[in-house]
Amino acid sequence: MTLDTEVSELFRAERGRIVATLIRLTGDWDLAEECVQDAFARALECWPREGVPGRPGAWLTTTARNRALDRLRRSNVEAAKLREVVAVADHEPDEDDGIGDDLLRLIFTCCHPALTLEARVALTLRTVTGLTTADIARAFLVPEATMAKRLVRARQKIRNARIPYRVPPAHLLPERTGGVLGVLYLLFNEGYTAGGGAEPVRRDLCAEAIRLARTLVALMPDEPEAVGLLALTLLQDSRRDARFDHAGDLVPLDRQDRSRWDGGQIEEGLALLDAALRRGRPGPYQVQAAIAACHATAAAAGDTDWPQIALLYGELVKLVPSPVVRLNRAVAVARADGPAAGLALVDDLADDVLGHLLPATRADFLRRLDRPAEALAAYEQARDLAPTEAERRHLTRLIEDLRG
Amino acid sequence: MKYMLLICVDPAIEPTEGDPTIEQWLAEVGGRRLDGSQLRSIQDATTVRTRGDEVLLTDGPFAETKEQIVGYDVVDCADLDEAIRIASRHPCARFGSVEVRPFYTG
Repeated sequence: MTLDTEVSELFRAERGRIVATLIRLTGDWDLAEECVQDAFARALECWPREGVPGRPGAWLTTTARNRALDRLRRSNVEAAKLREVVAVADHEPDEDDGIGDDLLRLIFTCCHPALTLEARVALTLRTVTGLTTADIARAFLVPEATMAKRLVRARQKIRNARIPYRVPPAHLLPERTGGVLGVLYLLFNEGYTAGGGAEPVRRDLCAEAIRLARTLVALMPDEPEAVGLLALTLLQDSRRDARFDHAGDLVPLDRQDRSRWDGGQIEEGLALLDAALRRGRPGPYQVQAAIAACHATAAAAGDTDWPQIALLYGELVKLVPSPVVRLNRAVAVARADGPAAGLALVDDLADDVLGHLLPATRADFLRRLDRPAEALAAYEQARDLAPTEAERRHLTRLIEDLRG
Repeated sequence: MKYMLLICVDPAIEPTEGDPTIEQWLAEVGGRRLDGSQLRSIQDATTVRTRGDEVLLTDGPFAETKEQIVGYDVVDCADLDEAIRIASRHPCARFGSVEVRPFYTG
C-alpha cells in the first residue's frame, strides 16, 4: 500500500474521532478541524522520511493537539483558559482512552434537536466524516456559499446558546438516540432517492450513511436500534445496481433483476438484524429492517411473503403512526389480502403530507379492482403532484399502459 | 449561563389544566430563576420608533403575531439542555411557546 493510500484510509477511519477529541480539549470547532488538517499534512511530510509510526492514530492526535496548544498560546488566549487546556491534555494517560466517547459526544452534539435538521445533517457530514463543504453542497443541490453559511450558523449556535458537548444523560438518551438515527437515515435516503443519473457524490451519501451507522453501532453496542438502522440501510442499499434502468428511471421492486442485488451485503444485513432482534427490544428501525429482509430473501418477486410484511407494517404503525407508514401498510395489505382491503385502509388517509403517493396508490388499487376510469383519474392526479421527472415519466407510462 | 425565556401564548387558546402549576414550576426552578414577571396584555402596549427627529408611537406590540409575549423569566443554568428542561416544564409550554434566548456572556 502506498503512503498516500495509507494516509487516506487513516483519514477516513480516524479523522472524526481526532476532531472530536480536539473539540473537547479546546472547545473550538474551527480550530479543531484546522489542527487535524495540519496534522494529516505533517504526516504526509514526515512519514516518508521517518516511516509510519507504530500507533499512527496516537501520533496524529498528539500532533493535532500540540498544534492547537501552539495556536492558542500565540493568539493571546487568556492564561487561565490555556492552563485549563494544557492540564486536560497532559492528563490523557493513554491516547486511546475514552476516544470512543469523544466521537459519540461529537455525533450527539451535531445531531442536537435545537439545530435545524438541515444543519444537523450538514454538520454531521462535515465534522464526523470529513466531507468537504463543496461536496456536501453538491450532494444536497445547494450552492457552496449556502452550505458554508449553514455550517457556520450551526457552529455559532452551538457556541452561543451553549449546546453541551456530551453524550446526553440517561433521561434524554432514548429520544436523542432516535434523533441521531433519524439524521443518519435521512442522509441515507437523500442518496437512495437520488436518481440513477445523479452525481456520484449524491449517490455516495448512501455509503457515507452506512459508514456512520457502522460507527454508531461500534460506539453504542447495547443499542439494538443502531444495529437495526445499519441492517436496514445495508439491505436497502443491496438493491442499488438493480434500481435504475439505462434511462435513469426507477425500476419497481417487483421488476428488479434480483441477480444484481448484492448478496454479500444482504447476508450481512440479515445477520445484523438477527443479532438486534435477539435483544428483545424492538423498535422502528428493526421493524423496517425486517420488512426489507422479507424482500431481500424472496428469490423472485412472486415469492415475497406479503402477509408477513403486512403484519410487520401493522407493528410499525403502532410505533410510528405517520401517514407514510400507514400508506405503506395499505400497499402491503393489498398484496396480502387483495386491493379492496388496501383501498379501505387508504380511504382513511386524506393527507397533504403524502403528495403524489396517495393518489398513485389509490390508482393502483382501482386498476387492480378493474375500475379503469377511476384509476386513470387518480393516476393523472398523482402525475400532477409528482416531485421529480423520473416519477412523472413513471406515472405517464402507467397512464399509457392503462389507456392502451 | 443566562437565558431569557419569553413566554408566548395565543390569547384565543384556553390554558390547559395539569401539572405543573406556575407555583410548582417556580419551586422546581428555584434559585436558577434570577428574575421574571407576567406582563400586561398587548392591548396595553405601546411601540416606540424614533426616525430622524420624530418619535413614532403605535398602540400595540412591535409585531402582529398570533402568539404574544405574556411574560418573561431570566434563568441561570449550566447549558441549553438545562434551559430547555426548565422551559419545557413551564405551564405555558403545554399550550403556547417558550422562546429560549441566550444572553451575551462576558
